[in-house]
Amino acid sequence: MNYLHDIQAFLPGVIIAFTGLITILLESLKRDVRTMYGVSAAGVLAALIAAILSSTSEGGTAFTDAIVYGGWSSFGQVIILIGTLFSILLSADYLKSKSLHFGEVYAMILFASLGMLVLAASNHLITLFLGIETMSVALYVLAGLMHYRKTGAEAALKYFLLGAFATGFLLFGIALIYGSTGEMTLTSVAAAASPTPLFLAGSGLLLTGIFFKIGAVPFHMWTPDVYEGTPTTLTGFMATSAKTASFVAFALILVRMVPETSYESWQSVIQVIAILTMIVGNVIALVQENVKRMLAYSSIAHAGYLLVGMASGGYSAVLFYLFAYTIMNLGAFGVIAYFERTKNFDFTSIESYAGLGSRAPLMGVLLSVFLFSLIGIPPFAGFMGKYYVFASAVQAGMIPLAVIGVLASAASVYYYLRVMVYLYFKPEHKPVHLEKASVLFTATLILLAASTLYFGIEPLVSVTDLFGFVTGISP
Amino acid sequence: MIGIDWYLALSAILFVIGIVGVLIRRNAIVVFMCVELMLNAVNLALLSFSAYHGDIGGMILVFFSLAVAAAEAVVGLAIIIAIFRNHLSVDILKVNLLRW
Amino acid sequence: MEIYAFISFAVLAIATALGMVLNKNTVNSALMLVLNMVSIAGLYLLLQAQFLALIQIVVYAGAIMVLFLFVIMLLNVDDDEHLFDRFRVKYLIVTLLAVVVFAQILYGIAGVTDLLPELSSDMTTVGTVEAVAEVLYTDYLFAFQITAILLTAAVVGALMIAQFKADPETGEQES
Repeated sequence: MNYLHDIQAFLPGVIIAFTGLITILLESLKRDVRTMYGVSAAGVLAALIAAILSSTSEGGTAFTDAIVYGGWSSFGQVIILIGTLFSILLSADYLKSKSLHFGEVYAMILFASLGMLVLAASNHLITLFLGIETMSVALYVLAGLMHYRKTGAEAALKYFLLGAFATGFLLFGIALIYGSTGEMTLTSVAAAASPTPLFLAGSGLLLTGIFFKIGAVPFHMWTPDVYEGTPTTLTGFMATSAKTASFVAFALILVRMVPETSYESWQSVIQVIAILTMIVGNVIALVQENVKRMLAYSSIAHAGYLLVGMASGGYSAVLFYLFAYTIMNLGAFGVIAYFERTKNFDFTSIESYAGLGSRAPLMGVLLSVFLFSLIGIPPFAGFMGKYYVFASAVQAGMIPLAVIGVLASAASVYYYLRVMVYLYFKPEHKPVHLEKASVLFTATLILLAASTLYFGIEPLVSVTDLFGFVTGISP
Repeated sequence: MIGIDWYLALSAILFVIGIVGVLIRRNAIVVFMCVELMLNAVNLALLSFSAYHGDIGGMILVFFSLAVAAAEAVVGLAIIIAIFRNHLSVDILKVNLLRW
Repeated sequence: MEIYAFISFAVLAIATALGMVLNKNTVNSALMLVLNMVSIAGLYLLLQAQFLALIQIVVYAGAIMVLFLFVIMLLNVDDDEHLFDRFRVKYLIVTLLAVVVFAQILYGIAGVTDLLPELSSDMTTVGTVEAVAEVLYTDYLFAFQITAILLTAAVVGALMIAQFKADPETGEQES
């Protein structure tokens, strides 16, 4: 075994792990949070560069088949790290205003990010399990960061109990799959698998665990409560990076582990879940009065669109969508985090946003850009993402699925536009004193908005060109 | 000689008792203990597969699942302490503020 | 002999599991779970996995359950007045879900007896500490390292949540 090669193959994760440990050490040595903020952002940036370099490489497996690298596994890592980087950049001001600005927060973000990287690279059921658990344990802690508030502690409890419950299902699924094949490396499972009852039962339980992690209906119950109780910028992290990691792991399982004989039954299960997720997510989002809960249900709906791509086998489309979703959703959560910094004013309900479009013109425009992109209006990246996902469904002959998807996203126009109506067309209730946003914070948001626009106009010629290297690690 | 189906049936029974416990009990600590019971049942299934295959993989997964259970227990009990401080109760029905 | 051992451990495991779910006193539930874990460790011995049987008792029954008992004692939780709440529709869903999962698993294990007729003869060597250690630091090195980070994250995270830093903004503070 060549350890140097193995470490190089997982270089982004190694950098993140070391940065996390250094952050904890710094916390105990020196109590200046700014240093830890800088160190963690620099570490994530370095890891991001390593992941980008790795995504153009040949690809292969490392650590005795425990992980894969290169190709779309590495591209998944790039998306995760972009999400982590922007979450960290947006967090500082917000956390400071909530008196939560501790160095350990950054360490926990980094450890969660490491779990996601492991998940997106997993080629072995043990790696998959440990990736999910590392991510989840760190996220339970982040969800409980505001534990002195009732909503915060409750979000953590709900997330934790349901998450641990889902872990049981996932693990039993792994156990049955292992029992039926005697193998745990994804490719060996595919080679040894036959559609025995044992394998099918195991697949069902494994899918249940994965659907829970991506927040698909009917396993979505935790999402709104957890999103509401978590500090806003970290909610953005949860909604984007964690979802990306789970989807990439799901794609790896579908491509590498599911034998051709049972691929169709998996596909039909995913289709049904996709339809349910799109409909339920959008319909319940319509009646939400709380902005964060609205975004929680909208993220369920987006998981539904992504599942459409998974069902039709359009993994490149799914990756592009995840990329677009990460930048636009983080932006939206960032703007909301800016408003929530205001002292003595509660920014939970949509009505409290009335008239703020003219009070904070820049933030209003930025929020509108992100919301337009979330709706899927051209020329923003969200439109291209949706277009590719539904196009891949049409190509695979799943026309009803695409039609339901388009109709569901048409319904979503209502609840996104409602926020903008309040921003621009409703009179202000009472004057609020908005805090000044720092230069770095504003610059980050503008960068996100600009890339939302850029990747909408210039969607990199075509998805197949962008992900030409995707085939690098196909089985 | 005992067949593997006996071990698996036992594991399935324990798993389902765990599920029922999680869903009907109201005390957060007991709910968490039921989750631990579920994990234990899975470990039994994994180990019996491992033993009947004569393969060490399943056994290693049990080892890691024990480590994960320890990590979860630490974080979970910390969260339960935080909840208790806020509500002076570990009853998940009394705690439930957020809905829809 | 082996069959008697299996039956007694299995009966003990099921009885203690039921006892845990159906007990109003939290401390008793925890003690039932300890017994359950010990009986499962006995089953591990029957499966010739010596190392894991040991770990099961030391880590699970020893460390984790002591942590549970410690927290229960610390919080001084009262006995539950009602074992279950009165919400009836929920029980229907619970029963349905339990039956579905149970049926799914039984359906799965139905065909497995022919596949794996008896305990592999390799188990006398596979279940030992040496065998586990050998693969743990070579083939499963990656998983081992990730577990190290996971445990670090869990300890730091637990401290963050359980430590009570006051919120100077709203003054919401306790103890």
